[in-house]
Amino acid sequence: MINKRIVLHFPSRLVDQPIVYKLVKDFDLRFNILKASVTPQQEGLMVMELSGKAENYDKGIEYLKSCGVKIQSLSHDVRRNEDKCTHCGVCVPVCPVAALEIEPKTRKVLFHPKKCIACELCIKICPTRAMEFHF
Amino acid sequence: MRTIKQINEKIKKGKVVVVTAEEVIDLVAKKGVKKVAQQVDVVTTGTFGPMCSSGAYFNIGHSKPRIKIGGGSCRLNDVPAYCGLAAVDIYLGATALPDDDPRNKVYPGEFKYGGGHVIQELVAGKDVRLEASSYGTDCYPRRKLETWINIKDMNEAVLFNVRNCYQNYNVAVNLSDRTIYTYMGMLKPRLGNANYCSAAQLSPLLKDPFYKTIGIGTRIFLGGGIGYVVWHGTQHNPSVKRKENGIPQAPAGTLAVIGDLKEMKPDWLVGVSILGYGVSLCVGIGVAIPILDEDILRYAAARDEDIYTQIVDYSQDYPQMSTTSLGEVNYAQLKKGKIIVQGKEVPTGNLSSYPKALKICQELKSWIKKGEFLLTEKLASLPTAESGYTFKPLKERPISPVEIQEVL
Repeated sequence: MINKRIVLHFPSRLVDQPIVYKLVKDFDLRFNILKASVTPQQEGLMVMELSGKAENYDKGIEYLKSCGVKIQSLSHDVRRNEDKCTHCGVCVPVCPVAALEIEPKTRKVLFHPKKCIACELCIKICPTRAMEFHF
Repeated sequence: MRTIKQINEKIKKGKVVVVTAEEVIDLVAKKGVKKVAQQVDVVTTGTFGPMCSSGAYFNIGHSKPRIKIGGGSCRLNDVPAYCGLAAVDIYLGATALPDDDPRNKVYPGEFKYGGGHVIQELVAGKDVRLEASSYGTDCYPRRKLETWINIKDMNEAVLFNVRNCYQNYNVAVNLSDRTIYTYMGMLKPRLGNANYCSAAQLSPLLKDPFYKTIGIGTRIFLGGGIGYVVWHGTQHNPSVKRKENGIPQAPAGTLAVIGDLKEMKPDWLVGVSILGYGVSLCVGIGVAIPILDEDILRYAAARDEDIYTQIVDYSQDYPQMSTTSLGEVNYAQLKKGKIIVQGKEVPTGNLSSYPKALKICQELKSWIKKGEFLLTEKLASLPTAESGYTFKPLKERPISPVEIQEVL
């Protein structure tokens, strides 16, 4: 079994097609949409957790690519601008998955990109706007 | 035990013993107050957090021909500055916003740029756009001015903050059913999170709770440069309840501080955007406490667990000026990441950076060790806990239509 969080970018010509449905139907993959922004005739963005048999997962990804969907792994999307972060810690209780936590000894804020689900809650509440969303 | 004069002699000779507010805690725990008081001359304290009552005044120099910005209007990178002074003296407040900022019209407003950010950019040496307009006089005929300006070309650039360095602060929670956006950050409904804002065991006024050494004239670390305490800060409220150890259990003393902005650094003056609230400036302040006697050391060795504060609801109680406390916690509890409020476990977040506050303590320590920073005697005391000095609410008196006519 494989379980990954990915970001899909749909070109505008694809947003009216049921592509995600095919992942289930043809490749027996399970998906959980974490975030979606799809507007007719514009580029679509979808963040999802995709899981299934490794072989099927690869085929599904191949299928998406063949349709023209751009795929990124999720951890690349929320980044911390280290120059801006003051390590205050106001983001910590807001993060739903503990991707931001305080290192007890130094009281510095640790960011674990692998845990991040890119919900973006930290982005606007960061006083120095050190958390950035990258497409 | 020792005088400030003696400490300064030791600083000049490179023989001074300085420890940070964090180091002194362990030292006192190991060796006891008496012994440490004999050995340690100075304890350095620090804090770094949003301090809205901050700002800077500038004398920008006279243009040719002259313009009288006083009584006119003026903007730095579109952020309005106060112009009710003489011809080319202006004051920029940390919370000022560009006229076209949407504020909370699209709620919660993002407040991406304002006075605090302009101050940080100026300190970083960046050019800033200055636009001014005025009415023209015989001696100041010019009516419009648009120019790039750099801090190094100004005659004076002075940070002057009327209230900084709060001695203790509330823990903010939200009892209502909707998310609220406050100066204490985003507060999730039904006690979703609890935000606090203090360097606690490093914080200057918490380590000198009775203002025995910190007073008017005290030289301080301010924004990475040198500054001075010039007065008690606005809303100074020394008469709040205190624990047996003398430490206030609620927001109490404050400082008004001043210093040369040209000598400061953008790492220690950081513009911030507080969602749904506005802009502000994070200010780094450090104060060196001279250990003149054992009492001063005992206070300077206060730990997070010795410092208590109140939990306040920011959905109803704070906006409506109710003084209800939902309970009391100490900073050691807050720093564990969870506190119990009304039987519920609530995750905590700090708006004040402990790592930056610690860095200030260390920086100030190194200045003193290198002989670059001498201590000062206070010239006058801040209003003390016994002074009766308090922080009053506004007494509103309605103005009747008849009275308005009389004034007109």
